[in-house]
Amino acid sequence: MFKIVKREELNPTVTRIEVVAPHVANKAKPGQFIILRVDQDGERLPFTVAGVNKSEGTVEIIFQVVGSSTYLLNQLKVGDCLADFVGPLGKPSELEGLKKVAVIGGGAGCAIALPIAQALHNMKADVTSICGFRSNDLVILEKEFTECSNKFIKMSDDGSWGEKGLVTYALKREIIAGEKYDEVIAIGPLIMMKFVCEVTKEFNVKTVVSMNPVMIDGTGMCGCCRISVGGKMRFACVDGPDFDGHEVDFDSAMERNTMYREFEHKKYEETCNLFKKEVE
Amino acid sequence: MNYNMRPTKNPMPCQDPKVRARNFEEVTLGYTEEMAIDEAKRCMDCKVPNCIKGCPVNIHIPEFIKKVAEGEFEEAYQIISLTSALPAVCGRVCPQESQCEGNCLRGKMPVRENNKPVLDENGKPVLGESVAIGRLERFVADYHRNNIVSVPPKIKSNGHRVAVVGSGPSGLTCAGDLAKLGYDVTVFEALHVEGGVLVYGIPEFRLPKKIVKEEVEGLKRLGVKFMTDMVIGRVISIDELLLAYKFEAIFIGTGAGLPRFMNIPGENAKGVYSANEFLTRINLMKAYKDDSHTPIDHPKAVAVVGGGNVAMDACRCALRIGAEHVYCVYRRSRKELPARAEEVEHAEEEGVEFHLLENPVEIIEDREGNPKENPNYGKVKGIKCIKMQLGEPDSSGRRRPEPVPDSEFVLDVDCVIMALGTSPNPLIKDTTPGIEVNSHGCLIVNESTNATTKEGVYAGGDAVTGAATVILAMGAGKKAAKAIDEFILKKEEK
Repeated sequence: MFKIVKREELNPTVTRIEVVAPHVANKAKPGQFIILRVDQDGERLPFTVAGVNKSEGTVEIIFQVVGSSTYLLNQLKVGDCLADFVGPLGKPSELEGLKKVAVIGGGAGCAIALPIAQALHNMKADVTSICGFRSNDLVILEKEFTECSNKFIKMSDDGSWGEKGLVTYALKREIIAGEKYDEVIAIGPLIMMKFVCEVTKEFNVKTVVSMNPVMIDGTGMCGCCRISVGGKMRFACVDGPDFDGHEVDFDSAMERNTMYREFEHKKYEETCNLFKKEVE
Repeated sequence: MNYNMRPTKNPMPCQDPKVRARNFEEVTLGYTEEMAIDEAKRCMDCKVPNCIKGCPVNIHIPEFIKKVAEGEFEEAYQIISLTSALPAVCGRVCPQESQCEGNCLRGKMPVRENNKPVLDENGKPVLGESVAIGRLERFVADYHRNNIVSVPPKIKSNGHRVAVVGSGPSGLTCAGDLAKLGYDVTVFEALHVEGGVLVYGIPEFRLPKKIVKEEVEGLKRLGVKFMTDMVIGRVISIDELLLAYKFEAIFIGTGAGLPRFMNIPGENAKGVYSANEFLTRINLMKAYKDDSHTPIDHPKAVAVVGGGNVAMDACRCALRIGAEHVYCVYRRSRKELPARAEEVEHAEEEGVEFHLLENPVEIIEDREGNPKENPNYGKVKGIKCIKMQLGEPDSSGRRRPEPVPDSEFVLDVDCVIMALGTSPNPLIKDTTPGIEVNSHGCLIVNESTNATTKEGVYAGGDAVTGAATVILAMGAGKKAAKAIDEFILKKEEK
């Protein structure tokens, strides 16, 4: 069993928890992920490692409540235990040798982008962070990004935080203004990563994206997380999750991510209703 | 002893095909004591028991069957236990027709009536059926499980530590044999539950999970430790197991879990599964239960591509979650179907429709309208196949299937499951210096010891052979356990 030792709500739907998992803490590098199960009958849920504390043997993950399983995860308190917590899985992000990087985060994707920005900052790279949220009340990790970025550009859909507009707009503006990035790293909704890649393709800037398809085992066994990269089939769990964004077929990935939408909606409502009844 | 000279086996009691095709309970119900004794009397206790040669773990078959005939079921179990670690599993999933039963003399004896051989329509003598060795093995194992409370034997620890990677059939067997010799064994499993392919692959209706669980519990009583959620190669490397964790030897039984696809258009469409994904959702994650948190499609018409046991399992699972039509698409003819004969029979009885000598060329996606108006946009709506014919024999000795020109046609389906075989997972190879693999990604081992190219590291099962059978994996686990014992003893002498 894996004990939760810290819990913090970053915004109304995004929560950070710290879990005791020494094996994972020992090995995890930025870009890798874990799979957890809330209870003995739970789904296997993949989450990117958001931070580790080696001396305490703990691992941080940040999750957004999007369905029934994350709803259940969000009900757990400090002191509660997760049934399973396995990792680190996937390949670490390749950051070596990078001198100047733009790290783009969209919504809850910022939680995954942060450890990358921090790792780059720690290796003395010049980091421009561009974060985008729908509005001010959904902003997460502002302080953390400020600390590890040479330049921090804030964007929101409604202008209630930083500038009004999309992250792609800010990125394009920086590139046109003469910023020369070794690499752009984009993490967020598929549609955001797709449009970031369209911008960087135009200016020929290498772009790495972190893919988050539907997964089950996370060990390369089922092929559920397959995506098309450069016309070839790749498994995000073992070949990724990072891929060359200019090679990824985002349209197919977006379609595959909708596969179980109906089931997920139904299950989410069932679970919420169950909890409401308990409260009543 | 009076032998029972009836030429046919006692039929296996089964759930009615119409009923079972819609439930996940075990299909075969097992022999009664009377049936078992009657069947056991068909064994003629041959001087040269060829059946044993056909068994990868050399179970003392005539001996245990003799005990069954005498009604001494527990004694029969003890005889099987001398060589087999998982009889309740093997009795259910072994391809007996090509192993022990394939060598049985009773299956080669012509049937006689009124002192004359019975001839078939081609004028050839009709042969009898072999003794139902597999069904008897299962009967004995089930009898033991249901009636005997076994006290774990007192084993003296020898103080040596061995790690087993993977808790499938080869790993469980290797761990059991080493534990009986006094080794301190730890089994590392990547998933959240022990059993490997016995749990994620083979469905409940063919191998109830409680049987696998009981086998694992039995090993725990022998002192074997299990650690789940341990993806060796990522969480801990093989080198770390040897150097930092001080295991003196390692057995790798990580199976062949990497699914293959066909590389035809449309394979990324919604509704296309690898058999591993489909079966993992259903078996491991229990998606067939109403309260499961794991989603699964409930398709109306399914094409399963392939003809092995995994393909049969996928076909029969698809029926059980409500499909009206399940097509098994296989590029060779019925004779070449690699699945166990009983699985093909059961599948057919349950209503699986076989499309033999056909091969998919494209998966057709629904692209009508747009995603907002058409809920099935981007989903499978058919599979285009081409008819095949058998040509000259290829390197495997089987006649090579060749496409018949201009014979394409479309099967209307809303789900496609690829059951084309699997390859070993590359994770251990990629993270372990000194371990070599062949061109298929299979670990290279010494045939007599199952030692890999790295000292102290042994391997067996599908990780070495590519996708094969439970019993072959068990045989490899046994061989490796013996070699590991010799390796450690030799090191101790030095």
